[in-house]
Amino acid sequence: MKDFAKSFARNRGAVLGIVILVLVLGLTLAAPLLFPRSPWSIVQRPFLPPLSVPGFPLGTDTLGRDLASGLAHGAYVSLMVGLISTVVSLAIGVPLGAAAGYFGGWVDDGLMRITEFFQVIPAFAFAVVLVAIFQPSITSIVIAIALVSWPPVARLLRGEVMSLRTREFIEAAELSGQSGLTIIWRQILPNTLSPVIVLASMMVATAILTESALSFMGLGDPNVMSWGYMIGAGRTVIRQAWWISFFPGLAILLTVLAFNLIGEGLNDVLNPRLSKRRS
Amino acid sequence: MLSFIAQRLVKAVIILLAITVMNFLLIHSAPGDPALVMAGEAGEADPTFIADLRERFGLDQPLYVQLWRYVSNVAQLNLGYSYRQEEPVLTLIAERLPATLILSLSAFVISLGLGVLAGVVAAARQGRWSDSLISAVALLFYATPLFWLALMAVLLFSVKLGWLPAFGYLTVGSDLTGLARAFDIFKHLILPATTLGLFVMAVYVRMTRASMLEVSRLDFVKTARAKGLRPGLILRRHVLRNALLPVVTLAGLQAGQLVGGAVLIETVFAWPGIGRLMFEALQARDYNLLLGVFVMSAAMVLLFNLITDLLYRVVDPRIRLTS
Repeated sequence: MKDFAKSFARNRGAVLGIVILVLVLGLTLAAPLLFPRSPWSIVQRPFLPPLSVPGFPLGTDTLGRDLASGLAHGAYVSLMVGLISTVVSLAIGVPLGAAAGYFGGWVDDGLMRITEFFQVIPAFAFAVVLVAIFQPSITSIVIAIALVSWPPVARLLRGEVMSLRTREFIEAAELSGQSGLTIIWRQILPNTLSPVIVLASMMVATAILTESALSFMGLGDPNVMSWGYMIGAGRTVIRQAWWISFFPGLAILLTVLAFNLIGEGLNDVLNPRLSKRRS
Repeated sequence: MLSFIAQRLVKAVIILLAITVMNFLLIHSAPGDPALVMAGEAGEADPTFIADLRERFGLDQPLYVQLWRYVSNVAQLNLGYSYRQEEPVLTLIAERLPATLILSLSAFVISLGLGVLAGVVAAARQGRWSDSLISAVALLFYATPLFWLALMAVLLFSVKLGWLPAFGYLTVGSDLTGLARAFDIFKHLILPATTLGLFVMAVYVRMTRASMLEVSRLDFVKTARAKGLRPGLILRRHVLRNALLPVVTLAGLQAGQLVGGAVLIETVFAWPGIGRLMFEALQARDYNLLLGVFVMSAAMVLLFNLITDLLYRVVDPRIRLTS
């Protein structure tokens, strides 16, 4: 564990990623204290440029809502949707991939056909259709993102399990009479953990981008403030008021960058063999 | 070669059929009356339209009859009628398809071309500042929300500098023809195609760089060096040729991202393609149109997959010989 932390800390990009993530997390937790009022409430004159009036460092939007407050409250949606949808897609992809890799044969064939099908469907367009038909809400957004992002997980798991299957300790477990499910759960899954963790951190990043794009298209949860919605709201007035769209976009960029950097750092530490091949 | 294409087309048809079945299931699992879902809010006011939908899709029949009718309608390219736009869905899509094809093909060429070029440069200068710079820029583009990148590009190149038009496909009110018209479209295309291309480019840069470095460590490259071949020649003939294979595979996998990205780019730039049509369908709650565009975008991904498969066979002669 100590070695892990040490070599992780040596990766400058990963440390930068952690710093940004801690800042965003801090902003999320502090939002109700810093900005007790709802981010939807109108507090000042509309179209107030940044730093023009004390107390409104980022200015106001087209209706006179505080952009700094929106930014702080919006962090919550990005992080939550990113994390939960990743957990859900792991919950779909891990069992499917493990079953395909372990049982092989027709199980593998069938499951891989399904995976291929979901991989061919254009992900964003599919997410748009799902959220539109089931009405925009945090739940429908999370489910839509999870449904379009599990195939890489299943493929990764399948490959890992197939290579582990032939190893001696699995044969030993089979000879000792353990059932297939027990072997997958007890022997195989723990050994696939590191590549899954790396993939998951990258998936959080993609999920945050997808959520923001959905909100930008007007498919965000109408009850919660989100960064994508803020950019969408500022889109038509970009000529007069650049700041309305600029700051939320920067926030998304930094948060997504943080998860990508952390993912790469984890990859270097957890899969030294892989990262050597990639770099 | 022909049998390969035929095989791929059969597979594509099966996938499109499966998507159609899925669309049917989606309509039926959505909250509310399927006829109202298909009509969208816009159709709610007109009972004759709803009755027509019920009749055409047999909505009072058992589910399997409905499924059969729905699928056979779509198979005959009858994607339904957009009540809001007062035109058949297929007509609307056909009108918009050329613009999307121009946009996504240009972005495809830009992303693959720039991505491979930057990846090769980074790999050739591994560890030097130009390598770090290219990798950092790729990482940044990879993390940037596409629609925001597009907005910022409009802000910089259209609003502040005034170099390029901010939106549309042709200059409004112009009646240009021939070359002048093509040039006008080209001017409007630069910003959307470049933004979409830069967004997709990042993955190609990383893949090309990694793949070049991997190949250049292989034995046959050492042999080529030992023979005394010029480094430039080794890079182009031996390393690049082999390093491109995983990049082309990736290009096929990225097709979906390109099409999804086109939806966002067309929304920002008011580019009159099927992505923009999808946005209009969303705003009007025109689900029939939305599902039609969805099937069409899946067909486009399949088309891009076919193109990259063919490209793969051009790049790798071994595959051409074996199958």
